[in-house]
Amino acid sequence: MHLDHSHDGPTALSADAHRKDGTRRALRIGLGGPVGSGKTATVAALCRALRDELSLAVVTNDIYTREDAEFLLREAVLPPERITAVETGACPHTAIRDDISANLEAVEDLEDEVGSLDLILVESGGDNLTATFSKGLVDAQIFVIDVAGGDDIPRKGGPGVTTADLLIVNKTDLAPYVGSDLARMAADAKAQRGELPVVFQSLRGEAGVTAVADWVRARLAAWTA
Amino acid sequence: MSRAALLVLADGRFPAGGHAHSGGAEAAVKAGRITGAESLESFCRGRLYTAGLVSSALATAAVLGVDPRQLDEAADARTPSPALRVAARKLGRQLLRAARATWPSPELDALAGQFPKGAHQPVVLGLTARAAGLEPVDAAYCAAYESVSGPASATVRLLSLDPFDATAVLARLAPELDRVATRAVEAARTAVEEGVDALPSASAPLLEIGAELHAAWPVRLFAS
Repeated sequence: MHLDHSHDGPTALSADAHRKDGTRRALRIGLGGPVGSGKTATVAALCRALRDELSLAVVTNDIYTREDAEFLLREAVLPPERITAVETGACPHTAIRDDISANLEAVEDLEDEVGSLDLILVESGGDNLTATFSKGLVDAQIFVIDVAGGDDIPRKGGPGVTTADLLIVNKTDLAPYVGSDLARMAADAKAQRGELPVVFQSLRGEAGVTAVADWVRARLAAWTA
Repeated sequence: MSRAALLVLADGRFPAGGHAHSGGAEAAVKAGRITGAESLESFCRGRLYTAGLVSSALATAAVLGVDPRQLDEAADARTPSPALRVAARKLGRQLLRAARATWPSPELDALAGQFPKGAHQPVVLGLTARAAGLEPVDAAYCAAYESVSGPASATVRLLSLDPFDATAVLARLAPELDRVATRAVEAARTAVEEGVDALPSASAPLLEIGAELHAAWPVRLFAS
């Protein structure tokens, strides 16, 4: 099933770029990363930044609760019908990489029920440094780490840090308190990722999620071009 | 046909959503009915002769060409718990997606058109086996095995049970899997002649009750 696949079947299978009625489907961006690195906070900030200009929805993958979905509902970043939670059976990386069927069902249902969508953010449950999204599920992926998790994470690498389309180093405001060396993290990330972009972000700072929102807009422009 | 297609279909890594479901094991663990390898074996045996036999016969009947709509209704009639019906349709829809990508066939496309929100998983399993060129007995084995392999692997995660012990449970059940698959094939052949009422309707009330309770928990590891 590729981008130029003809669309006469009843439903799309995985990465088909078009919906069953022939219209182009929403861009899907995955957000993964370790527990507590700020994935849900970044998703919430992105929703606030983009919801007035785009039609968007969110799929959360919670490990054993609906906590992430409920946080987004409580914060009212989007109307409830635009937020769906997928249950992952104790294995968040399986649901985004090895067996993406439940997540595909969730994105398909959102497009069917909410109507025309520009963007769907798929948030992984917190996992380890090897967790990446399948290309059958998302078109681009963001990996979120934070300075408090240790400034050696970019050096350690792993598929998330080295191959994600965007690496976010979150909570930079905490760096002085936890003894993390941002310059060293930037150099290590550069060594691991080459030309792939890295954003250092503090959602408490004035710039907030701006750089990441701009990156998402650029991806969307490329998707719809 | 290639018999090896059965290995692809029955592989626990076949990407059809099963990893997120415990087959009732999570509810049984919480209720204290599964505490180790021995009680896991009893649980799996009970599931095999009830839900497993019914699923196996439904899947086999689908391979034999019994109308999927009638089989889906027969599955509904044999599944009192609304939570289990929802789970079975979800898993059916997920299996159908994987099956259509793996063994493309007009019959599977038609099934997706007929059941956009999913048919009961065993019905989809049978038509998938058909699309893969497998025999009725292959679908019977696949459904019977799934009815016990899911709870066994879920219990490894839920109780930190020794994985060798869980696998040994499945191996000990193998002769009984043979018996259930044989009965399922016989029943499905009868259903071809006499209609879907001839399919087995063995039921496990604790599985049904457990599923309803489980669906209401605010915190759980598995979807069912």
